[in-house]
Amino acid sequence: MTAHPILDVRGLHKRFGDHHVLKGIDFTVEPGERVAIIGGSGSGKSTFLRCLNFMEVLSEGEIRLDGTRIGLERKGTVTYPEKQLCQVRERLGMVFQQFNLFPHMSVLDNVMEGLVTVKGLPKPEARRIAEAELAKVGLTDKHSAWPGRLSGGQQQRVAIARALSMQPEILLFDEPTSSLDPELVGEVLRVIKQLAEEKRTMLLVTHELGFAYHFATKVIFLADGVFHEVGTPDEVLKTPSKPRTQDFLRRFGEFAF
Amino acid sequence: MEYSWDFGPVLERFDMLALGLLNTVKIAAVSIVLGVLVGLVLAMMRLSPRRWLSVPALVFIEFYRNTPPIVHFFWFFYALPVMLAVSLDPYAAAVLALSTQSGAFYAEVFRGGIVSIERGQWEGGRALGMTHAALMRRVIVPQAISRMVPPFIERSFELLKTTALASTLAYADLLYQAMMVNAETFRPLEVYTTIALMYLVLLVTASQLARLAEARLTAYQ
Repeated sequence: MTAHPILDVRGLHKRFGDHHVLKGIDFTVEPGERVAIIGGSGSGKSTFLRCLNFMEVLSEGEIRLDGTRIGLERKGTVTYPEKQLCQVRERLGMVFQQFNLFPHMSVLDNVMEGLVTVKGLPKPEARRIAEAELAKVGLTDKHSAWPGRLSGGQQQRVAIARALSMQPEILLFDEPTSSLDPELVGEVLRVIKQLAEEKRTMLLVTHELGFAYHFATKVIFLADGVFHEVGTPDEVLKTPSKPRTQDFLRRFGEFAF
Repeated sequence: MEYSWDFGPVLERFDMLALGLLNTVKIAAVSIVLGVLVGLVLAMMRLSPRRWLSVPALVFIEFYRNTPPIVHFFWFFYALPVMLAVSLDPYAAAVLALSTQSGAFYAEVFRGGIVSIERGQWEGGRALGMTHAALMRRVIVPQAISRMVPPFIERSFELLKTTALASTLAYADLLYQAMMVNAETFRPLEVYTTIALMYLVLLVTASQLARLAEARLTAYQ
């Protein structure tokens, strides 16, 4: 155990106008942890993940990355300088439900983009890293393809390679298989599983409860903007203690562990 | 009614019309370049979150969208000199009118292209740690440009046709030169038919070139 968690969230609130989505969340992540976040649609699980790398700005609360507070507090108001947010996002890789690849760049250029533009690496070195990441997700033969010509599963694997290329300390997956055809889900989950075997620190928002059970070291059931139940996969998914969790799992139907 | 067509006197003065065509192309080209600059500035102001930048740009754009082009020509030629106590020659006044009015429309074309890019593209870049400026340069603008091309071309054709209004300021464009030829030949049917065909050839040629440019800029789609 390290002296402090890699990610430390205190009193996180998020409001969209009058809509109070997240109502005071405390949360820590230790290096090597794999956290699955589950919950009904509209429960705020994606919003929670998106707050961590400031895709959404917090309404209240604070986040520490490796012990360092993100944002500057002056006279009670917190500002988030662009430079600091960029550094934070560089350290937290994110994979989106809709992939968000850059359609005007080839697959290889998509993966090289962050390395060249953000990290300032020379192109040959960026290319070497990008090729290695693409090999890892099994897309060596697609370097020069346009993203729009790939299947959803392939696009998501490119997106994972793009996130990995930055050597992030934590990976955030926001429903990475939710927009895929059923037959393409497996290839993406296999890549994520492989990353789990490498002991990477990861947070996964998902509806794939069966996968979450095998993937996670910790499962969080989010409901009504709070962490309703937190525990090991067995505790939360097999023997949930709270009626609300039991109800959610029952409504989700049968799934095999 | 019998009318005997005779293009002879008009074609004898074809050099006058050719000069007019050249002046039309010249004023259009200069006004497109300046209009793009005006449009870029206005579009950036409109996209700014600062209201003291976006509101004046909006007022400027709405002013031009809701007033007749010929009024702008008259204003720059007859009104502005009174205000500044300097006189503008017809060419300068016409360029000012054309480039500001096209700038107002180009601004909406540019802004429309930028805001049409999906939120996911911004997020994809931001999640990598890209700054706003880098994101604009590498991700947003390159994609926006290909979406701007068709409306940009459309607007430039409008500008090309609007140059004919410069003749009202006695700028020697194609229409003005035609009026001169008509005054000498008294052959309005032949003169105005000839320049209509000249405008047609000019615009069709330009649209072919534009189509080539468009194909290149949208290759990835």
